[in-house]
Amino acid sequence: MNMEDNNSNSRRKFLDKGLKLGIATAVGGLAISKISKLNAKSNTNTGEFVELMTTDGTLIQVDSSEVVEIVNTHDTDKKYNVREGFPNRKFVMVVDLAKCKNALKCQSACNKGHYITGENAWLKVYKMQESEDTSPYWMPTQCQHCDAPACVTVCPVDATFKRKDGIVLIDNERCIGCRFCMAACPYSVRVFNWNEPEQPEIIEEAEYTPDYCGKPSVKGTVDKCDFCPHQIVKDELPFCVQACPNGVFYFGDKYEDTVTNGEETLRLSKLLKDKSGYRLMEDLGTQPSVYYLPPVNRLVDFKDGLENYNEFQSVEKTEES
Amino acid sequence: MKNHESLIKDLAPTKFTKSGVIWVSFLVIVIVIGIIEYIDQLIKGQVVTNMRDYALWGIYISNFVFFVATSFVGSVTVAILRLTKNTWRTPLVRIAEIITLAAISMAGITIMIDMARPDRLLNLFIHARIQSPITWDVIIIPTFLAISFLLLYFPLLPDLAILKNHFKEESPKLSKWYGKLSLNWTGSNKQKSIQTKSIKIIALLILPIGLVLQTIDAWLFSTTYRIGWDSTNFAPYFISGAFVAGVGALVTVIYVVRRVKKLENYITDFHFDKMGKLLALGCLIYLYFNINEYLIPLFTAKKGEMIHLDTLFTGHYAPIFWFVTIGGLIIPIIVLFFKQGRKPFPMFIIGVIVVIASWWKRYVIVTPTLLHPFLPIQGVPKPWHSYFPSLHEWLITLATLAMCLLIITLLVRYLPVIPIQRTADEQDQLKTTKNIEP
Repeated sequence: MNMEDNNSNSRRKFLDKGLKLGIATAVGGLAISKISKLNAKSNTNTGEFVELMTTDGTLIQVDSSEVVEIVNTHDTDKKYNVREGFPNRKFVMVVDLAKCKNALKCQSACNKGHYITGENAWLKVYKMQESEDTSPYWMPTQCQHCDAPACVTVCPVDATFKRKDGIVLIDNERCIGCRFCMAACPYSVRVFNWNEPEQPEIIEEAEYTPDYCGKPSVKGTVDKCDFCPHQIVKDELPFCVQACPNGVFYFGDKYEDTVTNGEETLRLSKLLKDKSGYRLMEDLGTQPSVYYLPPVNRLVDFKDGLENYNEFQSVEKTEES
Repeated sequence: MKNHESLIKDLAPTKFTKSGVIWVSFLVIVIVIGIIEYIDQLIKGQVVTNMRDYALWGIYISNFVFFVATSFVGSVTVAILRLTKNTWRTPLVRIAEIITLAAISMAGITIMIDMARPDRLLNLFIHARIQSPITWDVIIIPTFLAISFLLLYFPLLPDLAILKNHFKEESPKLSKWYGKLSLNWTGSNKQKSIQTKSIKIIALLILPIGLVLQTIDAWLFSTTYRIGWDSTNFAPYFISGAFVAGVGALVTVIYVVRRVKKLENYITDFHFDKMGKLLALGCLIYLYFNINEYLIPLFTAKKGEMIHLDTLFTGHYAPIFWFVTIGGLIIPIIVLFFKQGRKPFPMFIIGVIVVIASWWKRYVIVTPTLLHPFLPIQGVPKPWHSYFPSLHEWLITLATLAMCLLIITLLVRYLPVIPIQRTADEQDQLKTTKNIEP
């Protein structure tokens, strides 16, 4: 018995010492490597200066050793990954509520372009009025492609995902139809295919990619606005942006600080600053990629939009011949 | 086991009577109809329900929550009463464990009925995301199922051995099955010590795991922004609701089993009195959380909260809400306050009302919130503005309830509903202590 105790004691002591030595070595090694990095800060100023201009027009002087040529980012040899998206881009949209008069051309273009046959459009123009005394206005709403998307967090199978280019997409071949994403979305932008979507045969047989939501739609899965990556790849604007006759929608790239509605191209930051842009339900913390410009200096009267307003329909029924 | 012959004779399973056969046939018919409707749902899609893009969860989910809540009864009866040293629980524990097992099994099945693409079930495991509350559910439900099963099985071993001997002559086939399932139980000291240790561990585990299960169930709702769901109160609210639903179900089932199997000597008025007090305690705690959930928001009267509370207090869901709150909560508290109210038959009525109210309470938790989203409901057909389950949903839901009752019925038919060995041991202990006393 004593021998066994001695052996187990010495084994215990060995493990104890070994563990302590191991941790000390690891911590020490880490510390040493960090210190050596600190000391290795380059001190190779050449004394020669280069004059540069920043994006907002300020002239600056930079030491030439600090000027690094940006590697060309066309990434043509990198294969496009549907789950990562277009490299080095962050897509944003600006909706100018001052110009919207509920023409609904955006909605029909989106419905047609995505072969939507259900009874709930992905892009809906809401008749909004916050309180009795405040002004009513038309508010086009589609997926906000949030930077902190509640839908992505709750999806149990990673069927809906956020890409590096900011777009939130759905993989309808993985979706299990639990509808938790729909419960989580505060903007009510997701629609569900409760039955077999009756799309044209050529669409039903198309090769599926999450990049083109609705081509085809899949029974028992969720659909929503996809920010039209299938248009972006052709260097074209999303359907809604193209279709709007009043220039309500601006689409662009946050990194380039540029948005366009097809007619005018503007600096995003300047547009938001000048026209006091805001985001929907900002305090929920979802960080949407869609900005709204408040309905001031309205181009048209709100009432003019009422003739197009249909409370109970957002997708035109196709006539079966 | 000479002294316990009468005990075994009272507690051993007996064949179905005529009413038993009718009951089982009725359940099977309901289940078959439900299966047919489910196959129809698979073929046509969930369009056969009345769920649409706004009321995107309906009675499948509220039924699921009901099953999860009812499965808490095992944790209450076995763990909580054990920790508080309530020895009167002995004749009740087996039925409680049976209800728990049946309820949690049906919870697992019911949630799959709500999935629109059950053919992709494996995605929940292959592509599981740990951040999703549904993944937490996928982890906790099988865990709880396994522990509930063990909690039923471990204490059952000595009883199975007893039944093997009991049925040796009259039905040797049945006796053989009991023998196999008893895993060669001989009652030796070594076996007893392993069994006692195992039961102790499982009985201790089932309480935290049961609490985690109810909590995750609540978090399926309170991890969203929706008004009516986004409440910090939800987890303890659900736990106390599960307490009520579980004990209500326990009382109901025990009354029926006691009558059918003539166990008046084992489950006495005393037991009903105790269960009544337990149910009253549960209802009081649940009432406390209901006040926090439904009364306090009236103070700040935020717009969104008021829309929600108005639909419950005076609006579309008012009849159900008041039935559930007054009938399922306040009246039981009042009735159970009196000793007359804790007699077996009144307890049975209260139990049935509590169970029905528990089911409808979960309906009132799930659907009203979905029908007042942040942005107005526009651009969709008028029927989408409201929700009442379709025939398919009712038939499938009734089938799941029938399946739960069928599982309980079959387990009660083939297992001793009161632990034989344990009751025998307790009777022996009582006799020895009585003998020792001068």
